[in-house]
Amino acid sequence: MAAEPHTAEHLPTATGLDNRKLAMWTFLGSECLFFGALISTFLLYRKNVPEGEIIPSEIYDIPYTSVSSFVLLMSSLTMVLALAAIQRGDHRQLRIWLVCTAALGMVFISGQVFEFTEFIEHGFTIRSSVAGSAFFLLTGFHGAHVTVGILMLLTLAMLSSTGRLTQEHTLRVEMIGLYWHFVDIVWIVIFTLVYLIP
Amino acid sequence: MAVVAVPQRRSWPRRPTTTTGFVSWLTTVDHKRIGILYGVTAFVFMLIGGIEALLIRLALARPTTPDAALLDADTYNQIFTMHGVTMVFLVVMPLGAAFFNYMTPLLIGARDVAFPRLNAFSYWVFLLGGLFIYSGFLLGGAPDGGWFGYASLSSLSEGPGMTFYAIGLQIAGLASLVASVNFIVTIINMRAPGMSLMRMPVFVWMTLVVNFLLLFSLPILAIGLFQLTFDRIWLTNFFNPTMGGDPILWQHLFWLFGHPEVYVLILPAMGIVSEVLPVFSRKPLFGYAAVVFAGAAIGFIGFGVWAHHMFATGLGAIANTAFGISTMIIAVPTGIKIFNWLGTMWKGALRLTTPMLFSIGFVMMFVIGGLSGVTHAVVPADYQQTDTYYIVAHFHYVLFGGAIFGLFSGIYYWWPKFTGRMFNERLGKLHFWLMIIGFNMTFGPMHILGLQGMPRRQYFFSPGQGWDFWNLVSSIGAFIIAVSILVFMVNAVRSLAKGKAAEADPWDARTLEWTIPSPPPAHNFDEVPTVHARDELWHRKYAEDTEGRPAPVVAGAQDHHQEEHGGGHGIHLPLPSFWPLFAALGIPLIGYGLMYHWSLIVAGVVTLLTGLYGWMLEPLE
Amino acid sequence: MGLLAALLGLLLAACRDTLPQSSLNPAGPQAREIDALFVPVFWIAAGVFVFVEGAILFAALWFRRRKGRQANPVQTHGNTRLEIVWTVIPAVILAVIAVPTVRTIFALAEEPVGPDVVQVRVIAHQWWWEFEYPELGVVTANEMHMPVGRPVNIRLESAEVPESGVDRKAIPVIHSFWVPRLGGKQDMVPGRVNRLTLEADEPGTYLGQCAEFCGLSHANMRFRVHAVTDQEFDAWAAEMKEEAPAPAEGSPEAEGAALFQQFTTGAYPDGFSCLACHTVDGTVGGQVGPNLAGFGSRQTLGAGIYDNTEANLKRWLDDPRAMKPGAIMPDYGLSEDQIDALAAYLRSLE
Repeated sequence: MAAEPHTAEHLPTATGLDNRKLAMWTFLGSECLFFGALISTFLLYRKNVPEGEIIPSEIYDIPYTSVSSFVLLMSSLTMVLALAAIQRGDHRQLRIWLVCTAALGMVFISGQVFEFTEFIEHGFTIRSSVAGSAFFLLTGFHGAHVTVGILMLLTLAMLSSTGRLTQEHTLRVEMIGLYWHFVDIVWIVIFTLVYLIP
Repeated sequence: MAVVAVPQRRSWPRRPTTTTGFVSWLTTVDHKRIGILYGVTAFVFMLIGGIEALLIRLALARPTTPDAALLDADTYNQIFTMHGVTMVFLVVMPLGAAFFNYMTPLLIGARDVAFPRLNAFSYWVFLLGGLFIYSGFLLGGAPDGGWFGYASLSSLSEGPGMTFYAIGLQIAGLASLVASVNFIVTIINMRAPGMSLMRMPVFVWMTLVVNFLLLFSLPILAIGLFQLTFDRIWLTNFFNPTMGGDPILWQHLFWLFGHPEVYVLILPAMGIVSEVLPVFSRKPLFGYAAVVFAGAAIGFIGFGVWAHHMFATGLGAIANTAFGISTMIIAVPTGIKIFNWLGTMWKGALRLTTPMLFSIGFVMMFVIGGLSGVTHAVVPADYQQTDTYYIVAHFHYVLFGGAIFGLFSGIYYWWPKFTGRMFNERLGKLHFWLMIIGFNMTFGPMHILGLQGMPRRQYFFSPGQGWDFWNLVSSIGAFIIAVSILVFMVNAVRSLAKGKAAEADPWDARTLEWTIPSPPPAHNFDEVPTVHARDELWHRKYAEDTEGRPAPVVAGAQDHHQEEHGGGHGIHLPLPSFWPLFAALGIPLIGYGLMYHWSLIVAGVVTLLTGLYGWMLEPLE
Repeated sequence: MGLLAALLGLLLAACRDTLPQSSLNPAGPQAREIDALFVPVFWIAAGVFVFVEGAILFAALWFRRRKGRQANPVQTHGNTRLEIVWTVIPAVILAVIAVPTVRTIFALAEEPVGPDVVQVRVIAHQWWWEFEYPELGVVTANEMHMPVGRPVNIRLESAEVPESGVDRKAIPVIHSFWVPRLGGKQDMVPGRVNRLTLEADEPGTYLGQCAEFCGLSHANMRFRVHAVTDQEFDAWAAEMKEEAPAPAEGSPEAEGAALFQQFTTGAYPDGFSCLACHTVDGTVGGQVGPNLAGFGSRQTLGAGIYDNTEANLKRWLDDPRAMKPGAIMPDYGLSEDQIDALAAYLRSLE
């Protein structure tokens, strides 16, 4: 049973939403602008390479990136399952799904790292061109967001395994779930605008 | 002050419990104390920024030659850059934050903000960000590329200065972003029962709008700053023209933040003035709904005018037209507010106390700044005005004559509430008159100098240009302003030392903060108030007679004032914590690490993560 | 008091003045077009100022609480009709101002065409100005010549920076080209070409200055525009393309010319050449330093910041960075004799 929305002092809130949930939604609002600026920079610079250099879209491996996108999508599913688990009081399942989500996230990150080392070997780096700077800053920050998410998921799992994550803390799982889904949605936008659209 | 002691679950380290002494200031999570920390810190930065201004005016008091200037070019470029950075990011913004912090919970009838430890974290990050930027003076060069840091000068310049700028502003921006989440949640979620949005004091509305502006504009600046940092440290190409980077991208990103930022700077002062004018006119704010909607409209349209800072960069006639028109449009809601303030005073019974004088001064100076702003919107005229002292005049009229005057109005108005003491009225008025005279002497002539062809950001000017007289007048005016600040400081010290004790409601005011003692107890309200109307306190004190004039409510029914001898038993307040400060310390460490050695990055990350985990795991009570 | 002084000053300034770099002293059609837009707007703003500030001052003084005065005013909450009035009227005033504003934006943006038009390419460097006349094949620096009464179509760029061979390097940054008496300013952005039209009504010298902060010596980046008759302009262009006559043998000028090609100092024992950065050929552009063809006839040196006197020139040759912070040109350690000779040579370049 989810705890009733309350402030730290257990007073009713004007919206009926818990302060912390409202805070996460508010923060994600600003993150939209954060990634918006990164994506805009990339769209402006996507073909900006010196004479004779390749533009990014020529070295993408779309099938490969599609697979890692699918992995990230699946991690959102496991996240939903984790939240459902704590909501019905099944803490063991919660931990399993949390770790799964984190693991899928790590697979995604590894995939990105591998993809980027390929690019770098082809001479496409953050320094080699303006397009390169824009591409790696955007994907790099997204990867950093995923990494922070993984850290938070593993922290939750650890707290749960030491008995410190109780029913009362359902909201925390929900908040981190919100964050994780947001990062996933940002990836869908990036994948579409950066990789798929020519 | 009684703090409820609750047996703690065995955990290490123990949460601090003390609320007195030096350490208690490091661990406080009380919004009122954090407000004072912001206010005092901002004031110290104001003195530093003011000294920088005096140095500039000394350098420009008389014409000279390039090799005989008072301040050499390198020093001057650092001084004018730091003057701008200081006044915008380390003075006006945190002064606004000081008021948001102290007043918002009181005005909405809450005990604290939504996230008290996050609130403390914001303050420490702000302080450390400011110190980081200033450390440039000791570490090889302070920022020297202008407060607006235009690329590609900022991305390619030698010396560490603009790296301190890029990283330091990032840190300060983080503080404001985190605070904006806090205040948005507080205002939306924690209003006292009965306080609908349209019953909120205007200051709270302005706080809400400002924090939304910060929430959406700071991320854009953050990206620009990251790009600048990467260009400088790791030689990426975002603004590097040799590789095909576009310096104009920086301007777009900066001003997409920068224009909403100027509304961040002015709206708190407008909110304060909207509180002060009614109290000292003994009439409600004229056109409350109009003022609120105008404020929200200004915030919204403020995201659509940014390129009016870029009229001369070659965007093209169509873009210039579009932004010229949007800039003209934003003058309309601004005018609405001014007329409503006039309407508040009209047919009132005015008491020209110090806070009232500063509020009236605000309106009068802001009208001038607003009118010169309209002349900038006449785009071809701006082709002459931009990058000259005419622009310097405009923004000082709105930021100093506007924001600073409004903030001083708030300082004097709420001084009795913050300190429990009255200040000396005569010294207050002396401060006002010296300041308004000095201010107009300093910045009025700059309109003329700009039209007469004097560009900005030059460390000297030459004889034979016809600029000698007004530059001298301006420099003298600056020193008069300095004297007025000294008068304020004397008044402040005297008041704190031996000022008359202040009652709960010394001004016969209108809003909830005046129902509790001066200074307020830690828990603010003994009982969370129930709100029945806008200007709740006024309606408890006065009803309206048949003519619509205030008539005191029958005594006895008036007994809503809190007991002075402190109720508040059984209220759980959030305990102090040192984790916010601890975590905050990690951030500048990371910054120095990026500039000097990776080991500092590691140290910073470890500190930050330890701080965050400690914060998360410490018991709530 | 101060407010009144500033106000009066402002009103006076709305008139004309005779200052050399003032936008209130227009001397060409573009500047006059801007002035014709600004001045009426200014007077409208002044009117609004008097009305609004007057009302505020009046209210502040008239409605003070006084003995015998009603201390409990009617608690008026607002007036919807007033709100509408003071929303609509400012909007109408702004709409009225917007019409000529937009017209002028487009008028100024139009590129002049026709045989009359003089084409100039201005390339900004840290901290000097390169002027190229592509149709005439002429290149000069820091002092721009133009014929009176003919539109000049100016293309504005910011330099790609060549290697300097000395310890300092200029970086490509944003500058801004501004001659207030002739027109508004336009930025010079690396990687872009901006455009500006200027024209002078009368012969004369008009002062210009960089108006976008561009680094250490931003304040020292000035230029002059010489508006002359058509004949004088053609004569100047022809002279720039001519090779300067060789100085008399054995004269100090000849010695200077030789040193200009190659000099040796303690700091440069293997020899160095002024030609590494400069040229005296009035048809060559793209150098590290200003083109010095016709240097002797220039009014100023150092990009408009010092009078072009013998004393100043010698001081410059001795230690440029003492006179202009951050200048790329270093102190080469030239001896007094070498400086005298070089100065004589440079001053002979008419």
